[in-house]
Amino acid sequence: MLRLEPRRQPSKTMRWLTPILAVAITMVMGGVLFAAMGQNPFAAIKIIFLDPFFHETFGPYSRSQLLVKAGPLILIATGLSIGFRAGVWNIGAEGQFVMGAIAGGAVGLALYPADGIWVLPLMTIAGALGGMAWAMIPAFLKIKFNTNEILVSLMLVYVAYNFLAAMVTGPLKSPDGFGFPESRSFTAVDSTSLPMVYEPLGMHAGVLVAIGVVIAAYVMMERHLLGFQIRLTGESPRAARFAGVNPALIVAVTLGISGALAGMAGLFEVTGPAGKLTTNFPVGYGFTAIIVAFLGRLNPIGIVLAGLLMALTYIGGELAQLSLGIPAAAINVFQGMMLFFLLAVDVFVNYRLVWKKEVK
Amino acid sequence: MKFTKTLAAATALALGLGGAAIAQTKAGFIYVGPPTDFGWSYEHDQGRLAVEEAFGDMVETSFVASVPEGADAERVMTQMALGGADIIFSTSFGYMDPTLNVAAKFPNVKFEHATGYKRADNVSTYSARFYEGRHVIGLIAGRMTETNTVGYIASFPIPEVVRGINAAYLAAKSVNPDVQFKVVWVYTWFDPGKEADAANALIEQGADVIMQHTDSPAAMTIAEEKGIFAFGQASDMMQFGPNARLSSIIDNWAPYYIARVQAVMDGTWESMDTWDGIKPGMVGIGEFSDKIPADVQAEAQAAVDAIVAGTLHPFTGPINKQDGSVWLAAGETADDGTLAGMNFYVEGIEGELPN
Repeated sequence: MLRLEPRRQPSKTMRWLTPILAVAITMVMGGVLFAAMGQNPFAAIKIIFLDPFFHETFGPYSRSQLLVKAGPLILIATGLSIGFRAGVWNIGAEGQFVMGAIAGGAVGLALYPADGIWVLPLMTIAGALGGMAWAMIPAFLKIKFNTNEILVSLMLVYVAYNFLAAMVTGPLKSPDGFGFPESRSFTAVDSTSLPMVYEPLGMHAGVLVAIGVVIAAYVMMERHLLGFQIRLTGESPRAARFAGVNPALIVAVTLGISGALAGMAGLFEVTGPAGKLTTNFPVGYGFTAIIVAFLGRLNPIGIVLAGLLMALTYIGGELAQLSLGIPAAAINVFQGMMLFFLLAVDVFVNYRLVWKKEVK
Repeated sequence: MKFTKTLAAATALALGLGGAAIAQTKAGFIYVGPPTDFGWSYEHDQGRLAVEEAFGDMVETSFVASVPEGADAERVMTQMALGGADIIFSTSFGYMDPTLNVAAKFPNVKFEHATGYKRADNVSTYSARFYEGRHVIGLIAGRMTETNTVGYIASFPIPEVVRGINAAYLAAKSVNPDVQFKVVWVYTWFDPGKEADAANALIEQGADVIMQHTDSPAAMTIAEEKGIFAFGQASDMMQFGPNARLSSIIDNWAPYYIARVQAVMDGTWESMDTWDGIKPGMVGIGEFSDKIPADVQAEAQAAVDAIVAGTLHPFTGPINKQDGSVWLAAGETADDGTLAGMNFYVEGIEGELPN
């Protein structure tokens, strides 16, 4: 009979193979789902995965949207992965994303309509600080009172949503918005508008920053003492303590970094694609980034690929809705399958399938 | 049959032949919620289906649902335009700027934006005079409440919503001077969970009639459970509250959508602003429940008839603003400009308008 047998060492091959396997199973099961809905599964899968790149009419535009959608996911997921590797579970990146956008946006609105190339960098710093400050709340409570950062950071997401609603209906509301809860447009003024670096690929300044952050994160985790301490804390907290690693410092640093990156992503979102602060600008990047971080194996390069893949399913999913009439909910199920199957096949990293005769 | 058709369409697309077929008119729709919300998006989708029914093979419609208001909306509409859409209906207020942005890039595509106020050469706006319906259900609510407390689930503090609250309150007050309105702002168009929470909170505060300006039937379901009254919003919602539902305000977009698609076919489409009410049929009043006493039914029907006849305007003076200052003198009626930008409560409504 088939049985699972523990491996002596976690399989390196499997660590890289399982995400690919998960995507493959998702395609198959997604195809079954679409077929059950009366759609041609091959056409649907083709539209989701290939049309955003290669379709004659949609391709050029969709390609340019991939990075726009993947940028914030990669930026946030990179920060989260650092904490996850230390065993610090920041689930509230969405809240830090929102608070960063508010903090940075408020600076921009306070200076409105200031001219100068220093405005956007200043807003970016404020955004990072805003996100970091929000992440410091669970960090402080964990260090001081040993609270659970998963719960605290998650709950603070909803506080952030309500704070956002209060801000865009109050102090940050546009005076010319007819009472609709939204700020002035950041993209209408050059100094607060995120510059586009390379239009055909949709590469705006935020994407460049994300690429820089990925490289920096890689160097830090692999080459720097702090990265070593973070990994050690995650793999063996006791050994880390004996090695003189201060656990409180690791909690503060990892939550701080992930909060700052999420805050920055929020600021880039409102000064770029979203254009302004509204109650609707957060579309869940902070939560989706958790999937991206795990799909990318908590590895900076893996995260880039996972972020692009996730963006692809969003854009391809919209094309599938448009041309085949597949409902939005089915697309969500499809995206959910990806994490589900990843978690399921992950078992093969530590176990292997063996065929054994039954012994009596 | 439908399956083979979809299959053929899919294959055509797969071969990259999409759109190369006959000269059909393509109409795209973008919804803020799912077409199965049985409220706002549902009625827009009914309008889309009516367009298909009216034009048959001469038209091809497509829609994308649950699109967040903002960056995603802009991408979806761009993809629609690239896909060869001749006319795009963007059916939520928050799509305003994205619609204008995409319209600027595709001058040959016609855009129709619901409930907005920004227009362009290829962008029309349209909305319904929901406040006429609010007047009618306000009368019924004022008569039916026993606790003299009407609960109101409001979405965003924009003129359209504020206007609805004012219209309903004035009507209720005209038949029941002791009536009070409790307003909860939920800051969403579609979130059944939040809408249900708001309904429960209002009931705890003593409301025995609930009105809503959100898109799902959640409030109706709660009202049915708790044995109080509610009104169908955007859609009739009878099936969600057979006992609770008193009447409803029904959005009927079909005639407008058919007319606009026809205009595109004829080449007579022009940018314009449409604001239609009960008389042209864009706003419908659902059948009165038999829980409403006959005299109240007659009163409500008389109001409907008077609005159709043009002898009744829901905003007729004397009306003061909440702060006591005079808005309309006796006999004066509100002009459309003031109504379109309404950002104040009328006198008597408690609480502060989030500003």
